[in-house]
Amino acid sequence: MAALVLNEEQQMLRDAAQGFLSEKAPISQLRSLRDSRDETGFSRDLWKGMAEMGFVGTLIAEDFGGSAFGNVGMGQVFEHVGRNLSASPLLATAVLGVSVLQLAGSKVQKQTLLPAIAEGRLLTALAVDEKLRHAPACVATTARRHEDHWVIDGQKSFVIDGHVADKLIVSVRTSGEQSDCEGISLMLVDRDTAGVSVERTIMVDSRNAAIVRFDNVQVSSDALLGELDQGLVVLDKVLDIANAQLSAELLGISLQAFEVTVKYLQERKQFGVTLGSFQGLQHRCAHLFSELELAKSVVLKALVALDEQDAEASVLVSLAKAKSCEVAELATNEAVQLHGGMGMTDEFDVGLFMKRARPVQALFGDYRYHADRFASLRGY
Amino acid sequence: MTDLDAFRQDVRTWLDDNCPKSMRTPSSAENEQCWGGRDFKFKSEDQRLWLERMAEKGWTAPDWPSEYGGGGLSREEHKILREELSRIQARPALSSFGVWMIGPAILKFGSEELKREHLPKMVRGEIRWCQGYSEPGAGSDLAGLQTKAEDMGDHFIVNGQKIWTSYADKADWMFCLVRTNPDAKKQMGISLVLFDMATAGVTTRPIKLISGSSPFCETFLDDVRVEKDQVVGEVDAGWTYAKYLLTHEREMIGGMGRTAAGQQTLPQAAVEALGLDNGKLADGYLRSDITRWDIDARAFELTAERVLDEAKAGQGVGNASAMLKYYGTEVNKRRQELFVALGGSDAMVWEGEAWNEGAVSRTWLRSKGNSIEGGTSEIQLNVIARNILGLQ
Repeated sequence: MAALVLNEEQQMLRDAAQGFLSEKAPISQLRSLRDSRDETGFSRDLWKGMAEMGFVGTLIAEDFGGSAFGNVGMGQVFEHVGRNLSASPLLATAVLGVSVLQLAGSKVQKQTLLPAIAEGRLLTALAVDEKLRHAPACVATTARRHEDHWVIDGQKSFVIDGHVADKLIVSVRTSGEQSDCEGISLMLVDRDTAGVSVERTIMVDSRNAAIVRFDNVQVSSDALLGELDQGLVVLDKVLDIANAQLSAELLGISLQAFEVTVKYLQERKQFGVTLGSFQGLQHRCAHLFSELELAKSVVLKALVALDEQDAEASVLVSLAKAKSCEVAELATNEAVQLHGGMGMTDEFDVGLFMKRARPVQALFGDYRYHADRFASLRGY
Repeated sequence: MTDLDAFRQDVRTWLDDNCPKSMRTPSSAENEQCWGGRDFKFKSEDQRLWLERMAEKGWTAPDWPSEYGGGGLSREEHKILREELSRIQARPALSSFGVWMIGPAILKFGSEELKREHLPKMVRGEIRWCQGYSEPGAGSDLAGLQTKAEDMGDHFIVNGQKIWTSYADKADWMFCLVRTNPDAKKQMGISLVLFDMATAGVTTRPIKLISGSSPFCETFLDDVRVEKDQVVGEVDAGWTYAKYLLTHEREMIGGMGRTAAGQQTLPQAAVEALGLDNGKLADGYLRSDITRWDIDARAFELTAERVLDEAKAGQGVGNASAMLKYYGTEVNKRRQELFVALGGSDAMVWEGEAWNEGAVSRTWLRSKGNSIEGGTSEIQLNVIARNILGLQ
């Protein structure tokens, strides 16, 4: 059982991510993408840089052009993505697409697609949710077998990077009833296939999300990823990997929001003294500090558990996602409140942390979802 | 096989041969612990043997230098010893404020003579210690203490009153903070002194708590003679030593939140009390509250683990005791409130064999003290804000 510390390699990756993202993808870049209503939603130059730095290939096996630094390594990148509110396809492509392909892709799919991803030449998106709140087993989008191919009909929402992806990975029902866990399959669909329509939704965090509709979409047999009807088994693992990274991003958002707030309290004066000299505010910050320490621990533990293929990994991921959601909500709420009127301005960065935190919390299960999952997996 | 592997083997073998079977069951009940001391009545021959054997190895104080009776173990060896003891569920051979609190302070700040006089007896459990810190007028503001030590040339005469002294009525010696310089700034005029509780002028009175009887006492000091050579370190430098000691105490109390080995966890108790409905606890509201607690308790455990791992790796800030004490005690209070909720009317019974003499209600009440003793939660938050966040 690995200790809850970063080894030298992981520290180097952390430092590289910190340096690169604060310089090449700072908060001002998100503002500019938002204010210019950028069509892509991220900088292609940035993505090229992230591929060159090896960040994109962090989870990809070395055989397929990656660095295989693993989940703890990728978690360092995501923490700094969180701190800098960096917009990029890192989650949808380097985590979701890569994980599905590595767990369920055929040898040919892995050989053709993974290196392209590592080099920054291919983007993916995962389309699984259909209800307003995360419910991966509730799949009404169907794939019916017709002669030698599949026909897909249905609708997916909250598809991250749906409008820029080259390939969509979709969960479809191939047998059973709407909420059955069995009977779900994963399919690989080119976004430009006839019948696929993508409607980009403009979100509170200015990041890419879309509604994707499938109307009589025909895909060949080899679109199936992994075993027929057993897709939820793979999807559960992919979602665990994703949630661990989202937890790391939430941690980064929370830590940055907290640090700028403490700095503000040290500087801002009213009534002839700094705000930081008021015990009421000191106590709120000290309490939040304690909660952040707990978030750090559960995030690292989940990442380590995934790297070690710990039997308890799912429990620990839900623990991490739940706790980091709770702490991010507290940290971002406190950050705005403690900045007073300035916290409510668009000019100050502090509101952007709150606006990013909530969609990350909602994606693939928020506090309530993961608290329920944590308890269920623990037998109650 | 590495040296550490060989050490583990030796420890395992020794424990197998020397830890009595009856000592291989967990017990956290305070009256079953071995506190040692001049008047201590062992509960069994096994308990006495276990102390004797562990003391002989110095393993009642594993990381103290062997020249003072300690085990002389390295950090890794100490970890191995803890693991092997846990493996056979061996209960601690000795519970001691000497080993936990004043011993490390004497080791760090005391004279050679003081070390040789007191440390070996602590290791052997021959002398039992109590702490004279708080006073009725000096709780959170401990530095405001007024117990006076008058310099009589070759000794001090001490007058004053201490409160919240655990086991003062059972202890053999006291480590006590006294004011040796009433003219200096309050933190600058304090000394840490040691004296025998049998000295003339020392009287103790137990304090009853809302949870029933407790080990806490008031201690009255009337013209108590303290020898000059029983000052720890320098005269008037006691506040520095006190703060060092307080960090140890914080860690001790913060650790109280954990479920002891063999004890039922809160979720386990909930499943037993409420039953499951489709795999989930039958009471949705309680399930939600218990899950929220369970998440925080597990996250806290991992944090204590991470802080230790960072310290070992030479990483981390090394300033975690206030945060750990604050959060750990609050987690424990929440746990007790949930046990009370689960137990319903049974949990509110005060005495009676069928209700384990009111164990649930008394434990719940006693837990309220966790966030007050060893520095209140509010003081811990002050410490975090000032020392870590730079807010003042």
